[in-house]
Formats: sequence, structure tokens, C-alpha cells
Amino acid sequence: MWLRLIWAVRLWKSGREIMALLEVKDLYVSYGAIRALHGVSFHVDRGEVVTLIGANGAGKSTTLRTISGLQPADSGSIVYDGVDITRTPASNIVPLGIIQVPEGRRIFAPLTVRENLEMGAFTRKDKREIAESMEHVFQLFPRLKERVEQTGGTLSGGEQQMLAVARALMAKPKLLLMDEPSMGLAPILVEEIFDIIQEINREGVTVLLVEQNAHMALSIANRGYVLETGTIELEGEAQVLADNPRVREAYLGGG
Amino acid sequence: MLRRMRKSTVYFIAGGLIIFVVIQLLLSLGILNNYWRGIIFWGAAISMVALGLNLIYGFNGQFSLGQYGFYAIGAYASADITYRWVHSDPSGIVVVLFGSLLTLGLYVAVTAFLRRFYGVTVMARFTFYILATILAFAIAVAGLVPLLGPAVNSILQVLPAAISRQIVFFVALLGGACLAGIASFLFGIPVLELGSDYFGIATLGFTIIVKVLLDNTDTILPFPEMKGARGMIGIPQWTTWPWVFASLLLVILVMRNVLHSSVGRAIVSVREDERAAELVGIDAATTKVLAFVLGSVFAGLAGGIRAHDLAFLHPQSFNFIQSFNPLIIVVFGGLSSMTGTIITGFFWIFLLEGLLRLYLPEGFETWRLVVYPLVLLVMMLLRPEGLFGRYEIPFLRRVLPPLPTKTVEIQEEAV
Ligand SMILES: Nc1ncnc2c1ncn2[C@@H]1O[C@H](COP(=O)(O)OP(=O)(O)OP(=O)(O)O)[C@@H](O)[C@H]1O
Ligand SMILES: [Mg+2]
Repeated sequence: MWLRLIWAVRLWKSGREIMALLEVKDLYVSYGAIRALHGVSFHVDRGEVVTLIGANGAGKSTTLRTISGLQPADSGSIVYDGVDITRTPASNIVPLGIIQVPEGRRIFAPLTVRENLEMGAFTRKDKREIAESMEHVFQLFPRLKERVEQTGGTLSGGEQQMLAVARALMAKPKLLLMDEPSMGLAPILVEEIFDIIQEINREGVTVLLVEQNAHMALSIANRGYVLETGTIELEGEAQVLADNPRVREAYLGGG
Repeated sequence: MLRRMRKSTVYFIAGGLIIFVVIQLLLSLGILNNYWRGIIFWGAAISMVALGLNLIYGFNGQFSLGQYGFYAIGAYASADITYRWVHSDPSGIVVVLFGSLLTLGLYVAVTAFLRRFYGVTVMARFTFYILATILAFAIAVAGLVPLLGPAVNSILQVLPAAISRQIVFFVALLGGACLAGIASFLFGIPVLELGSDYFGIATLGFTIIVKVLLDNTDTILPFPEMKGARGMIGIPQWTTWPWVFASLLLVILVMRNVLHSSVGRAIVSVREDERAAELVGIDAATTKVLAFVLGSVFAGLAGGIRAHDLAFLHPQSFNFIQSFNPLIIVVFGGLSSMTGTIITGFFWIFLLEGLLRLYLPEGFETWRLVVYPLVLLVMMLLRPEGLFGRYEIPFLRRVLPPLPTKTVEIQEEAV
């Protein structure tokens, strides 16, 4: 009887949370004695593109790393799809469909493009589905298809970034965490990558996008958050944020 | 059935058979005397130790100097089992075999138990595993020896002596390998999972500790039959060519199949980039422990083979300086080339312990420690990828990634 009641309450609670795909509440994270996040809270709804912008060292990468289970949280909670994943180790996060495209690409340099993509599907078993994903990824990135047997390290910076995104897609993400995909890319390539992010999103993948390039990020996002020294300073609709004078001044290069 | 096998598999089986038969013939006909027999067996043992190191260092990227520690554990443990057996004491078999089995069972239980809690610290887990090990061996010593000892004894006595001897030898080899595996697991959890950069130093320390313990087996440790620093004598000389061949083959096959499986991919990708590996869902810490334990088990098995050929064990032969032998072999043969490691391992013993010892003057021994580093230095300068580089015979081959030398630089530039 009591158990049932508790169960019912839980169901009701999780029912409320199920609205948001990802709900981060009051997250504190530190590196040794240095605190990087001081109570960060935000949420990402299903099907959205949400961007997290902020200056160098604001804690954007730390936030993503903590969600991915690479960095332990001091306190606070991360709830994904109604399940608390705050203390779930990284290798158990990937099968849930939370896939990160890390800062600085981090592809496997000595492996070929094909092998890199196969590594992306490491947690998946069905060979045929994996092959289908690979075909799909090649449709999105025809450039990678031309270079399947080339080793990752010999690709150009832009191609490496595409490979990093493609590898993440091979894991069948429900929520894609992207850490500065535009870093170090020429404007045309940035454009291309952002087009692809939108395309991926249209296919039903929710995206949490960390960017320094606030202009681009806000142009494709539904909503945005501004992170400053470990706390969320501003939040709102992407368009509203882009018009906010403070954001314009700090992140969109003045006028 | 034959038609469905790959060509490379057929060649491998054929080649293996030929080598086995030829050497067996040479030994049976007395063309190879005991000296060369010892050299071949020694070469096989060293190759197994070096293969283990290649798995740990070459494929998984964890620089280790601990191989001789595990080699020593395997040698002494298996020697103790057979020594006791020939002195009509089955306690070695019971303690090591059943103690190890019990330990493995408890490990599974502890792992299942700990999995229910998130965020258990490494040291807490380590403590659980240590306690499980102590408990298992305490039960084996205090409970199982009086309980199972007589039974084991009478079963083995009923069988013909030749057969029971082979069974005891098998158990001894298995026990030595298990014990090395358990030791490496307990050592690996805290050191590897904490992600220490000082893993190499820690493993060197491990080898030194093992050597010190072996020096004092009769004083600190309760094993008077090992005779401490004076060396253990009276080990039965049971190692035969079929045993040597089978052990080496087993090591090669296990390592090949592991490397060709998804676990192998995990092992190699952890070497390439641990963080990236974790982001595709690989449990990096577990992968490292796994490679380390497997590599150490190989060393432990090799120890048993060597001990029962030499019939004599001395702590000095497991001095930490010796730990550089497998390292040199692996670097020479080519990191992440199994073929290179095996060939270099045999050649190493053949050349240094066989030919040179026969034909060079007495004082040569002392010069070896000058020559090794020099040769290694020249090697590093002229052919850093090792003699065989990435070459594998077709059976062992798979499109394995090259070493991260040039490509990594390119990647960093590009970033
Ligand atoms: N491994 C680490 N050890 C110690 N401090 C760290 C570590 N990683 C990050 N930090 C610190 O945490 C803070 C947040 O870093 P983080 O990498 O999350 O910033 P960021 O917003 O991603 O910056 P950027 O835009 O430059 O990538 C910084 O002050 C940084 O110095
Ligand atoms: Mg960052």
C-alpha cells in the first residue's frame, strides 16, 4: 500500500519532468579546489536546438563533460528522459543516446575514416542497422565518403570536424552535445557545419550546442543560455537573446 | 569444413604443425641436446611474457615494467604446487586452484554488488576486492585443505602416475597463471583506474617488491621450501615440448581473438585517445585493467613453463633489471606486432643466451648491460617502429592501426 503510493508519486513526478528531455538543476562541479560551475540550471526540450554561449573558461565544456559522465558533479542533478543520470559513468551514458562531439574533435587519428565511424557505433550490435547508419552519414557528408580509407589524422581540420560529428551520429543519438563545432574553421565550413546541425535536428535529434560563435549559434537555436564564470546569467528565446544589448556587446562584437 | 576456413588459418595450422613436429623430432632423435632444448623452451617463455607486455604496452599504451613480477609469481606458485605434490602434499593444488576459483567467484559477487552503487571510489572498491581475496585464500587454507586434501590425493593416487603427473602439472600452470592474474587485478585497480601517469614506476616498484618477498620466502613468508635468497631447488622437470608448444599457442590464440573482437578495438582506441574512447561508450578503466590482467596471466603461465624446465628458481633471475628484457623485445619486434614479438623473443634468447654464451669469453656477462641500452638506442634512432613495424602474418593480421607517431602531429596542427 505504502509502496504503491510512493510509486504513484514517483510516476507523477517523472511525468512532469518528461516534458524536458534534459533537465540540469543546480549543478556544482569543481576541479580539485577550483570550482568551475556554481549552480547551473537549464533544460532542453525534445526536438529543440538549445545553445549555451559564454566566454572562454565560463564552464561550457565542463557542463557538457559532466552531462557525459566524464566529470563528477559535486551536487545538483542531471535528469535525462525522466531518469537521474547525475552519477552514471560515461560508458553507460552513451547507450542512453546522449552523444558528445568533444571540443577539439578528438577523432582517432591513426584509424581510417571507416574505422572511426565503426568506433562510433561501438555500443550498437545490429550489423545491418550500423551499415544503414553509415550510408546515412555518407549522405550527410559526401566528403567523408570520398575518403573512407584515409586515416583520420590526415584529414583537414574541417573534414576532421565532420568526421567527429559523423562518428557521433553513428551512435544513434537522441541528444547530441556539441562542443564548439565551429572552432578553427573557415566561414564557409562553419556555414556548412551549421546547415548539417539543422538537418540533423530536423531528423529528430535534440541538440545542445556550445558555441563561442554566438551569432551563428543563436541563428539556428530555438533557445539559448548565457554562461558566465560558472553560472547562467541570461536565458531566453534565441531571437530575444540576440537582440539583448548585453549579449550584443559581449558576444556579438558590439553594434 | 576445411574449405570454409580462411587460407590464412590453414597456413597457420600447417605452419604450426610443421614446427611442432620438426622440433619434436629433433628433440626425440637427440639432434638438439639439452642445452638447445632449454634455449627453445626459454625462448617460448620469454615470447609469452613479451606478448603479454605487447598487449599492455603496445596495444593498450600502458607502459609497464611489471612483467617479471608476474612471471616470478607464476613460476614460484606453480613450482610450489608440483614441489609439494612430489613430496606427497596436495595442499598446493588445493590452495592455489580452489583458492583462485573461490577468489574469482567472490570477485564476480563483489562486482555485481558494487555495480548497484554509483560513484563508489576506486579505493573503496579496491578494499572490497582485497578483502574478498584474503577471505577466499583464508577459506582455502583453513577449510579446504583438510576437507579436500585427502580426496584430491586419493583421486590422483588412483590414476596411473603418468596421468596424474600431467594433471598436477596442468593444475600448477593454471594456478600460477591465476595467481598472477589475481595479483595484477589487485594491483591494477588502484593504479590504472586512478589514471596515474606513474604507472610505469609503480609497476617497477611492484617487480622490486616481488623480488624482495622472494628473497625472504623462508623468513617473512611461510614457504620454507622456497628457501629464500638461496633459491628453490627440487622442482620436478616436467616441461616438455608439447606443453611449451600448447602454452605458446594458447597465448597467441587468446591474444589474437581478443584483439580481433570489439574488446580489441576498445583496447586500441584507449591507447589512441582515452577520452574519445569514453565518448563512444568504452569503459576505459575496465579496458585497461582487462588488458593488464590478461598480459600478466600470460607472464604467469610462462613462469610455470620456465620453472619446470629449469627445475631451479632463484630470486635474482627476477631482478627488476630483467624486466627490461621483455620491454626491449617488444620495442625491437615492433609495438603492436605479435609476429615481431614472438620472433624477436626467440631470437633474443637464441642469440644472447645461446650463441653468445657459447662463443664469447667469460667476462661478457657484465658487458651486457652496457650493450643492451646501446643497441636499443641505435634501434630507436634507425628504426623506431621496430624490426617488424606493424607486420603480422596473415592469420594474426587485421587492419590494426599504426602507432600514433606522425599522424598525431598532423592532427594537432590541424586543430
Ligand atoms: N582539467 C581541468 N583542471 C583544472 N581546471 C580546469 C580543467 N578543465 C577546466 N578547468 C577550469 O574550469 C573552468 C571552466 O573551463 P571550461 O573548459 O568548462 O570552459 P569553457 O567555457 O569550455 O571555455 P572555452 O570556451 O575556452 O572552451 C576554467 O576556469 C578552466 O580553467
Ligand atoms: Mg570549452
